Amino acid sequence: MTTVENTGNRRLSAEELEAFGAEMDAIRQRIVADLGEKDSAYIYDIVKKQRAFELAGRALFYLPVIGWVPAVACLSISKILDNMEIGHNVMHGQYDWMGDPDLNSRMFEWDNVCPSDQWKYSHNYIHHTFTNVLGKDRDIGYGILRMDEDQKWHPYFLGNPIYAFLLMIFFEWGVAMHDLEVENIVAGKRKMSDNAELHRGLMKKVKRQALKDYLLFPLLTGPLAPLTFLGNGVANLVRNIWAFNIIFCGHFPAGVASFSQEECEDETQGHWYYRQLLGSANITGGRIFHIMSGNLSHQIEHHLFPDLPARRYPEIAEEVREICERYDLAYNTGPLHQQLWGVFKKICKYALPDRKRPVADRVQAAPALEEVAA
Amino acid sequence: MALDLGGRILRSRTVAALASPHGIDRYLTQIDPMLAAHEVRARITDIHPEVSAPGAPRVATVTLQPTSTWRGHRAGQHVSVGIDTGEGRRTTRVFTVSNTEGKPGEPLTITVRAHDDEHATPHSISKFLTERATVGTLVHLSQAEGDFVLPDRVPEHIVLISGGSGITPVMSMLRSLQRRTHRGMVTFLHWAPSADRQIFADELEEIRRQGHGVDLHILHTADGAPYLSPALLSKLVPGYRDLPTWACGPASLIEAAQAAYVGTESLRVEYFKPPKNAGVAGGEMEFARTGKTVANDGATILDQAEAAGLTPESGCRMGICFSCTTNKSSGRVRNVLTGETSELPDEQIRICVSTPEGDCSVDL
Repeated sequence: MTTVENTGNRRLSAEELEAFGAEMDAIRQRIVADLGEKDSAYIYDIVKKQRAFELAGRALFYLPVIGWVPAVACLSISKILDNMEIGHNVMHGQYDWMGDPDLNSRMFEWDNVCPSDQWKYSHNYIHHTFTNVLGKDRDIGYGILRMDEDQKWHPYFLGNPIYAFLLMIFFEWGVAMHDLEVENIVAGKRKMSDNAELHRGLMKKVKRQALKDYLLFPLLTGPLAPLTFLGNGVANLVRNIWAFNIIFCGHFPAGVASFSQEECEDETQGHWYYRQLLGSANITGGRIFHIMSGNLSHQIEHHLFPDLPARRYPEIAEEVREICERYDLAYNTGPLHQQLWGVFKKICKYALPDRKRPVADRVQAAPALEEVAA
Repeated sequence: MALDLGGRILRSRTVAALASPHGIDRYLTQIDPMLAAHEVRARITDIHPEVSAPGAPRVATVTLQPTSTWRGHRAGQHVSVGIDTGEGRRTTRVFTVSNTEGKPGEPLTITVRAHDDEHATPHSISKFLTERATVGTLVHLSQAEGDFVLPDRVPEHIVLISGGSGITPVMSMLRSLQRRTHRGMVTFLHWAPSADRQIFADELEEIRRQGHGVDLHILHTADGAPYLSPALLSKLVPGYRDLPTWACGPASLIEAAQAAYVGTESLRVEYFKPPKNAGVAGGEMEFARTGKTVANDGATILDQAEAAGLTPESGCRMGICFSCTTNKSSGRVRNVLTGETSELPDEQIRICVSTPEGDCSVDL
């Protein structure tokens, strides 16, 4: 099992969990009390930059030949900023306190085929509440991959690496389809008719996104329409690949723990924090990298405090690491290539059936956390 | 003409499709906040103090030049006003438009009293407007809303009743009638605590001096003036029960007016503030998301949530703006404005005007 024992982490006693939770609560309260001008100025600035990249991208398609690559680059950056540092974080309610309807979690809609209300249910509620709880968190393998030993093997999973590759290429579509819970329909746990409402909302959004990216903006560039069409497609693809990689590095690198439903029954707030910490992993990098990842490079802090403005995660991270050291808990972080390699190995490993070994052996032989930054 | 064409292009379906999902206004505002195709924004062009007596809350009339998207207002309507009051926060409150009825794009005024009540946080918009706002400040508006308005054809004799700050919509009606050169008779009864706190004092004095079909009665309760009652109304306005009447003010005045007009269809009312503690205490009020439970004290759910230390989103606090809309998972609630009760499970309610009746649970 990939549960707590074999990730090199120790279990905390009830008292320790309570103290650990109290320390996390204290961080949260301090940040909430300090929210203000700096945070609002930051997000307004990111929004301004995103709009500028978008306009530049749309405009550069009018420049034949030399304009195409910069146009795709600008549009890709625009879509990445829109979906990650703005969309994902705004829809978490990180900026609701500002009272600006444009940045309100209930109103915001992102430049992505997945309708925001559907994403908020599966992401904010299911994934963030039941993070890495097997059978509950549908983000474990997104219903198509086998990412954990406790997911029962089936010959279907021999295609694990291929499914992962396709999910990466079509990531926004994967995210959009995610809410339809196709795997549960196949398993007979969900009826097609349950999806009628979701399907309507999804098709409306898909049509709007396709209309602008694949019809109107290409047509507006006249004879260059095929190039614009292609460029818009590539920008969406770049965003898909980038988002997939950042997100898979958040929960699936080596050493990330998963939990059973029994472990999480009647869970205390302290245990919830503990589970969020051990179920997530960070990526190290520079300031621009953090912004472009929507600060999901600080997945640990995001899971501990999903509704605090993401620009605060780097400062929170220092405290969280210090607390982890005191409680002797692993803080899973590493550079992008290392975390990606861990994810890749996992995808390949779980494509194959488990090698049968006695439980005791397995715990012994399980790899310790590969790289725990001090 | 050119402007109009630009507006029509910006509001076209093609532009909406191109600017999806954010909308064209999200792009225009990056160029200039006063450029808009759908939303309404305005800049403050004048701030005129109405009351600055020592000890009394300040009152000011703020003039706003709106974007061309403003559709104008009818006398008696109100508007949501959102202002960045500091620390990166925008506060939104509802104010009555106090000037004469206006056409699209025309300036409007709001008359604001600085509130010193329990909600007067550092971000109080009424304090900001009366004390800190300057000419040029940007504000975010809704369109004018509300059906507490004069009909297009005003009857021969009407009665206007107001109390305290409830004078603003009534004043807008009176000013509009004067501009429309209404030939009939207006009886205007206004209750205020005392003369030195009287809003629009000079203008009212001028109206009284001129007469012109306006029968004005200002009643200062601190000076022992009688409160609204059927007897008083019969004395000042014989046959009042058959006269179309508009009343705006605090809950006590509205209730007295409703009692005086009971059984007639002459009265139209608007609460200036929703009644406080209008509910019945008893049972438990549960805030399910935060896991808090308090004994229901009969106040609105918003007030009870704030008393329990929660900070739910809210705006006008009078059932207009819907920003406090919350899911009620179980229990019966009473709408303090209409008196209607409902006990549907998983219902979206405005917590600022809902009081629980017995056990109740909301997602806060």
